[in-house]
Amino acid sequence: MTENNKKGTYNPPLKGVVVLEFCQYLSGPSAGLRLADLGARVIKIENPNKGDLCRILPIKNQWVGGDSLLFHTINRNKESYTANLKSQEELDGIKNLIKKADVLIHNFRPGVMAKLGLGFDEVNKINPRLVFAEISGYGNSGPWAKKPGQDLLVQAMTGLMYASGDKDNAPTPFGLAIGDILCGLQMVQGIIAALIYRNRSGKGVKIELSLFESLLDFQFESLTTFFVSGKKPSRSAVNNAHPLLGAPYGIYECLEGHIAIAMVPIENLQETIACPGLDNYTQEMVFTHRDEIKALIADHLKSRKADYWLTLLREKGLWVMDLKDWKRMRAEEGYQKMQLEQDVNLDNGRTITTTRCPILIDKNRLLSSKSAPLLGKDTDRIKVEFKLKNLQS
Amino acid sequence: MKLLEGIVIVDFSQFLSGPSASLRLADLGARVIKIEKPRTGDICRQLYVSEIKLEGESTIFHTINRNKESFTADLKDEGDREVILKLISQADVVMHNFRPGVMEKLGLGYETIKSDYPQIIYAEISGYGDSGPWEKLPGQDLLLQSLTGLPHLNGNRNQPPTPMGVSVVDILAGTHLAQGILAALFRKDQTGEGALIHVSMLESSLDFQFEVYTTFLNDGEELPQRSSQNHAHAYVAAPYGVYQTADGFLILAMGNIQVLKDLLECPGLAPYQDPGKWFALRDEIKRILAAHLLTETTAYWLGILEPADIWCAEVLDFEKLMEEEGYQVLEMEMITKTSNGSEIKTTRCPIRINGEFLLSKKGAPFLGEHNDAISKEFNLK
Repeated sequence: MTENNKKGTYNPPLKGVVVLEFCQYLSGPSAGLRLADLGARVIKIENPNKGDLCRILPIKNQWVGGDSLLFHTINRNKESYTANLKSQEELDGIKNLIKKADVLIHNFRPGVMAKLGLGFDEVNKINPRLVFAEISGYGNSGPWAKKPGQDLLVQAMTGLMYASGDKDNAPTPFGLAIGDILCGLQMVQGIIAALIYRNRSGKGVKIELSLFESLLDFQFESLTTFFVSGKKPSRSAVNNAHPLLGAPYGIYECLEGHIAIAMVPIENLQETIACPGLDNYTQEMVFTHRDEIKALIADHLKSRKADYWLTLLREKGLWVMDLKDWKRMRAEEGYQKMQLEQDVNLDNGRTITTTRCPILIDKNRLLSSKSAPLLGKDTDRIKVEFKLKNLQS
Repeated sequence: MKLLEGIVIVDFSQFLSGPSASLRLADLGARVIKIEKPRTGDICRQLYVSEIKLEGESTIFHTINRNKESFTADLKDEGDREVILKLISQADVVMHNFRPGVMEKLGLGYETIKSDYPQIIYAEISGYGDSGPWEKLPGQDLLLQSLTGLPHLNGNRNQPPTPMGVSVVDILAGTHLAQGILAALFRKDQTGEGALIHVSMLESSLDFQFEVYTTFLNDGEELPQRSSQNHAHAYVAAPYGVYQTADGFLILAMGNIQVLKDLLECPGLAPYQDPGKWFALRDEIKRILAAHLLTETTAYWLGILEPADIWCAEVLDFEKLMEEEGYQVLEMEMITKTSNGSEIKTTRCPIRINGEFLLSKKGAPFLGEHNDAISKEFNLK
């Protein structure tokens, strides 16, 4: 047991695990971030010219020094090591680093790592205990293998755009990079499971995921329903919130504000809101007459403010919530009590505020004030620490 | 290959969030035993969607709970509780997604279990966290989406706030819980310590939004503005969006407007030379593009854009998707079979290990199907 543990303080679960992150943008780096927050040491391996291209990809033109705020958000709590992988000497340095690492993650297009001599078979010879993790867009074979693995493309191609929005709307994407994020999260699952196996068996493991398979898995309920019924999921014409769920499931506009109503039996809803015409419908009709029922409810709820309905429905224990924007959410006591934010300290004395890891371990919030690294910031230190010069392979 | 061979998980969770976590762990090789209430079981068994059923139970239940076992116990009955504790004494992980306080009331809270079995990994999902005024509110996907602002990110600006049409918060919370459980299992192998893992849907939904929400936190709390048309992401410049063509829809991801002008022969885009303005002027640019793309078919446009390495794709629905070779080569489908022979086609685990798919033919268990076998094996009676 560690010193910390004897004192009863928190012992990070992945302490001592060294992760080499050959990744750019979001999918791989978000996996690296989660592993770092769980206690691993994550070293970004970057090209000495520009590094992770996310460094120069800003959103809303927000910058933190020379790097984008976006890069800082995804890459806090990591180190940066630069190497030109086309130089034999620097490649040898990387191979020596791989000897001492536990995990290697990359999200290059298929074939790129193998061409560099860093494919699974090669690195498994260098370090047979290594967990090798690979993220692609669409897997390594088939007609789409070379297609760019970008989130919106994958959303379009997996049918996901027919889940959101109303029936008459154009296909409606998720306004966040769900494919990248989910794939990164699943990679973390695969990596830690492989580490458990590695520790028990001594054998390294190769883990592969693609954005495409992650987004199919994401829709496993809808896909299975489609396989069984042969019918494509159909978005509700009124306030669609989930193609597989019956009335009243949806978000409703009120005289002021909006209210979300989840699975609430029609009879209970009617007893509470006394919606004209709703008593002609029974629970058996929530799929067959979904749009009619929802249209009636939508009309009726417009007559009062969201707060009014919320109070009324909550008193009966029914599943409702008012729609908030981020400002209103952040002002709530329930938000503040949870300490959902943390500050990251930058080298120049500035701080940025971001979210924290959503996993609580032994009641500890996993916080880290360590900022994202400048490009190559840790190269020299890592060379000395891992004795990369003296260990030519 | 079973990475988690030998790991036993006692799972009290219902619906989607917890059960989707244990499904992943089962596919990775763990043994998952669902503890269910006699007679009714996991409420998801009766949660029908689109009226589709399998053997009188919801197909959704069968999808989420394949590759698991079922053991029934009345947790309010002292004898049954003792049996469950005996099972827990031989397990690695206990998990649940009851509202805060429920397991404590049943005498199965973390502190109780830990005092007898300090090596247990105890994992729980709540709606809104371990304290605070929302603690007792129902933790349901659409409610959490609404609370955390997700509907303000989807759909065009003139459309109402648009929720994401998959139970995304449930699925993410389950994914995060599985991460925490795995990390704790790894630590237990090193140090012998047990752990309490807690994930709330509230935290999971915020984590999902971490890129854009961090922007909001650092730009003086400016709220996201959806595009007025062809919306796909509130923070990404034109042309990023979904466009109708003469016979369907295509998407354009990040791209250079001037390159698109030339490739698509769309002179209307000529004034938009400065990449720095493609965000501020995204609605104008998209309007011009949208009108132009309507004039030809999807295949026509992709025939020009794809060879030029423009990030684009046709928008597919499930039927079209399944006709694609790119889908078929991934072999995402598999057939599972319940103990009495009913088959159901579903999707496999997306993770590949050493080049192999993780497949399991084992269908979801019937309520209490494994009571006798588990009682015997774990010597519970």
